[in-house]
Amino acid sequence: MFDFHKNHRLLVLAAFLGFVTLSFIVAVFPAYQMQDVAPLPDQPALTADEREGLHVYIDQGCVACHTQQVRNIEMDNVWGNRPSIPSDYYYSKERMDVWRQSPSLLGSERTGPDLTDIGRRQSSQDWHLLHLFNPRSVVGESVMPSYPWLFEVVDSSSVREDDVVVNLPDAFAAPSGQAVVAKEEAMQLVAYLQSLKQTELPDGRTEEFIPALRKIQTQGMGDEGKSMGLDGGSLYKQACAVCHQDNGKGVAGAFPPLAGSEIVNDEDPELMIKIILQGYDARSEYSVMQAFADQLSDAEIAAIATHERSSWGNSASEVTEEDVKKIRDFIEQGATQ
Amino acid sequence: MKKAAISLGLSIALFPASGWAQAEPISSDNWISSPGIIGTFILIFIVLFVAAIIFLAKLNSYVDTLKYRQFDKKKMEFDEELMALEPGEIDDILDKRKRALRYKLTGTELGGNERVVDEKGLVNRVTHEPENPLVDEKKKTPIEIETPEQLKKIVIYYLGAAVFWLVFGTLVGQYVGMKFVWPEMDSVSWLSFGRLRPVHTNAVFWGWTSLAMIGLGYFVIARTSNTKIYSYKAASWAWILINLTVLLGTISLMAGINNGGGEYREYIWPVMLLFAVGLVITFWNFYKTVATRTISDIYVSNWYILAALIWTIVLWAIGYMPFFQNGLGETVIQGYYMHQGVGMWFMTFTLGLIYYYLPSALNKPIYSYSLGVLAFWTQMLFYTMIGTHHFVFSPLPWWLQTTAIVFSAGMFIPVVAGTTNFLMTMKGSWSHISKSYVLPFFLVGVIFYFVGSTQGSLQAFRFTNYVWHFTDFNVAHSHMTMYGIIAFVLWACFYTILPKLTGKEPPQIFVGAHFWMAFLGLFAYMVSLMAGGTYKGLSWIDGNAFIESVILMKPYWVWRAIGGSAMFISHLIFAYNFYYMVSSKKPIKSLDAPVLEQANP
Repeated sequence: MFDFHKNHRLLVLAAFLGFVTLSFIVAVFPAYQMQDVAPLPDQPALTADEREGLHVYIDQGCVACHTQQVRNIEMDNVWGNRPSIPSDYYYSKERMDVWRQSPSLLGSERTGPDLTDIGRRQSSQDWHLLHLFNPRSVVGESVMPSYPWLFEVVDSSSVREDDVVVNLPDAFAAPSGQAVVAKEEAMQLVAYLQSLKQTELPDGRTEEFIPALRKIQTQGMGDEGKSMGLDGGSLYKQACAVCHQDNGKGVAGAFPPLAGSEIVNDEDPELMIKIILQGYDARSEYSVMQAFADQLSDAEIAAIATHERSSWGNSASEVTEEDVKKIRDFIEQGATQ
Repeated sequence: MKKAAISLGLSIALFPASGWAQAEPISSDNWISSPGIIGTFILIFIVLFVAAIIFLAKLNSYVDTLKYRQFDKKKMEFDEELMALEPGEIDDILDKRKRALRYKLTGTELGGNERVVDEKGLVNRVTHEPENPLVDEKKKTPIEIETPEQLKKIVIYYLGAAVFWLVFGTLVGQYVGMKFVWPEMDSVSWLSFGRLRPVHTNAVFWGWTSLAMIGLGYFVIARTSNTKIYSYKAASWAWILINLTVLLGTISLMAGINNGGGEYREYIWPVMLLFAVGLVITFWNFYKTVATRTISDIYVSNWYILAALIWTIVLWAIGYMPFFQNGLGETVIQGYYMHQGVGMWFMTFTLGLIYYYLPSALNKPIYSYSLGVLAFWTQMLFYTMIGTHHFVFSPLPWWLQTTAIVFSAGMFIPVVAGTTNFLMTMKGSWSHISKSYVLPFFLVGVIFYFVGSTQGSLQAFRFTNYVWHFTDFNVAHSHMTMYGIIAFVLWACFYTILPKLTGKEPPQIFVGAHFWMAFLGLFAYMVSLMAGGTYKGLSWIDGNAFIESVILMKPYWVWRAIGGSAMFISHLIFAYNFYYMVSSKKPIKSLDAPVLEQANP
C-alpha cells in the first residue's frame, strides 16, 4: 500500500500533504491568529510623516542591524520598561503597498541598539540628524553607516527659512559658505524614530521580565531621587544615558565621563546645573551637549543631578529643586537684560 | 471599543503572561555560560587529554619492556649457537657477509640500458616527486561518462551561472564584512550596508546554491532513472527565470526596494514569482523524468530532490501569500520561511545530492537505504516545526516557541541518521582521502553537517538563546551551515562530475588551494564570530553600555574580514577551475616523447 519506493505519485503526494499539514499547524494558523490584534488604548497612531519615515526605515535596511523587540528577559530591560507585546506592532500591520508586505520590525541582529523606545531615550531631533548624517559625529566608536544621501549640501545663501540645517561639529562640518540641509526623507525618518516609544499598559498593569542576574536589577535603579518623588536613576536613563552611558563612563572621544568628573563632584552644583539647563560646548574634544532647560522640570533636573552625584563612586551632596530654580531664574534674567 | 477590549484580551491571552510563570529555567545562576565554567570545561578537557597521552606513553613503555625481554632471549639463543660453531664455519659466514655488504645495485635491474619508449601510449605523466609536500598527487578521474550532449550542456549552464553568482555574492559579502572595520568605505546609497546585506544573502542562496543544486540534480535524476530528461527546453526556461530573479532582485534591493525586511524574503513578490515559476517548471521536469524511469525503484536521491522542490514551492506560497500575515502574523511566517528555506530547500536537496555523488565518487553503494528513508521522513517532521526558534523570548506565543525548541532537539534523529549513513559509506575508504581531491570536500561537508546541525539544535534552547541571540554568533552559525555543509558538498559534487562530463581535470594544485583557502577562511570566520558573539552576549548580560559590546567586537570583525577574504580568493580559484574544466580548448594530449624525456636523463 505505502509503496513509496516504487510509486512516485504516492511518494510526492505524501511528502506534499505531510509538509502542508505541518506548515498549517506551525505557521499558517498561528500567523492568522496573531494578526488579529488591536492597539493599546493610549497608543498614538502613526502620522502620515511617521509612516513615510517607517518606509524610509525599511528602504534603507535599518532592520539589518536594529531590532525592535524587548524580550521578556532581564537583559532587555535597558531597551524598554516592559517586554514587547503584539499590540506594539499594530501600526506596522499594513502592507507597505501592493508590491511589498507589512514590514518586518522585530529584527534578528543587534549590531546596533534596539530601537523600541528610542523616541524616549533620545528625543532630540538634532541628535538624530547628526547621527544619521554621520554617526561618528556623536558616537565615536559607532560602526553604523552614514546616510549623507538623506541630506543636501547647499550654498549657505540659498538656505530657505523652513530648511532644517544640521549643525555639525567642526571635524564633520561642510566647507565654509555651505550648509548641510536635511532632505524630506531624513525629516520623516527622524519623525518615525522619535515616534518609537513604548505605550504603557492600561490600569498600570506591569509585565515582569524573567530575572537573570542581580546586577541588572539593581544597577541604575538607585532610589536616591525617591525622596523627592522622582526616580533620578530612570530619568537619567531616559535623558542622559544615550550619550553618557548607563555606567556613567561616557564614551571616549564623544561624551565625557560623569563618574569621577570634577564638575559633577564639585561641592557647589551651580556649574553642573547650568550645563544641564544650557548645554555645553566648552571642550573641543567632546560633542556639543544639548540644552535641557525646555525638556526637564526643575525637580527632574534635581533628581538627575542627585543621581549623578551619588552613583558610580561619586559622592557629592544632594541637589534640591530650589537650587535648580534659583539658577534657572538667574539665567532667564540674564537673557532678558 | 468592544472590539478593542476583545482584542486586547486576546493579545494578553496570546502574550504569554502565564507563560512567564513556566519560564523558570532561566534562573539567576546561569552558571554554564560564565567564562569561568566554560574555561573549567576546557581545562578538564585538557587534563583528560594529557592524561590520555600519559596513559598511552605508559602502555607503550610496558609493551616495550615485554618486547626487549623477547630480544634478550633471542640474543642469548644466538650466542649459544655461535659458540657451538666450528672456526672454519665462522670464516665462511663472515666472508659471505662481507661480499653482501659490498654489493651495489646498478640501477638497471628492472629495465635496461636502452632508452624508454612507450609504444602503446600508456604513460601520460612522469614525476620524480611522488610525495609533493604541498598538494599531494591525487588519482586521476579514470573514465569519461557517456552523457547526452544536451544533458551535458544543461548541467554546465546551470553550474556556470551558479559559479558566477557565488563569486558575485561573496564579493558583496566580503565588501559588507569590511564595512564593519571601515564604516566610511563609501557613502553611496546603493552600496550601504542595509541594502547590500540582503543582496549578499539572496545572491548566494537563490543564485549560487539553488542553481548549483538544480544543475547537479539534472544529472542525478537522469542517471538514477536510467532515462533522458523529460524536457530540455523547460530546463532552459527555468534557468532563465532563476537567473532573472537574482538579477532583478539584486537591482531592486540596491535601489532600496525590498519586501519590508525579513531575512531571505527581501525580494518583492513579482521578482520572487519568477523564481517560483522556475521551481514549478523544474519540479515538473524532474517529476516527469522520474515517472518515465526505466527501473522500478526510485533511488533515494530522487526522494530528497523531488521533495525539496515540492516543499519549496509550498514554502514560497505560504511565505508570499498576504491573507494570513500582517503585523506579528508576518513574523510567525518569517521564522517559518527563513528556517525552512534552509532546511527544506538547501539541506534537503543537498542531502539528495550526497546520496548520489558520494557513493559514485567512492565507486560503492550507499551504506543503508533504510537510514536514508528514515532521515527523509524525520527531516520533514522535525525541520518543518522549528522556525520559531529564531524568536525565542519574543512576543510570539510561548507554546510556539516551546514547540520549536522541542523539535529542534528532535533534529538529532535525521542528523545522526544521515551522518552515520555517510560516514559508514566512507568507512573502509579512508585511505582514499589522501588520494582523492573530491573526498576531503565531502568529509568536511559531512562533518559540518553533524557539527552545524547539532549546534543549531543546541542554540535553540532558551538558555543558549539568552547568551547568543542577536549576537554575531548567529552569523557564524549560518556560515557554518550554508557554507560548511552546503557549499562544500556542492563543490565535492562539482569536482566529482565535471571531469567525467568534459574529460578535463583542473590542475591539482588549484583544487588543493581552493580547498584549503575555503576551509581555513571559514574557520577563521567562524571561530572569531563565535568567540566575539559569546563575549558580546555576556557583555549585555553584565549590563554594560551597548557601545562597549561594539568596541569589544572590533578585533573579531577584523578576523572575520580576513577569513572572508580567504574564502573569496578560494572562490576565484574555484571559478578558474570551473572554467578550465568546461572550456572547449582540448587539453594537450601528452605526446609520448616529452613525457618520457623526463624519465630519460
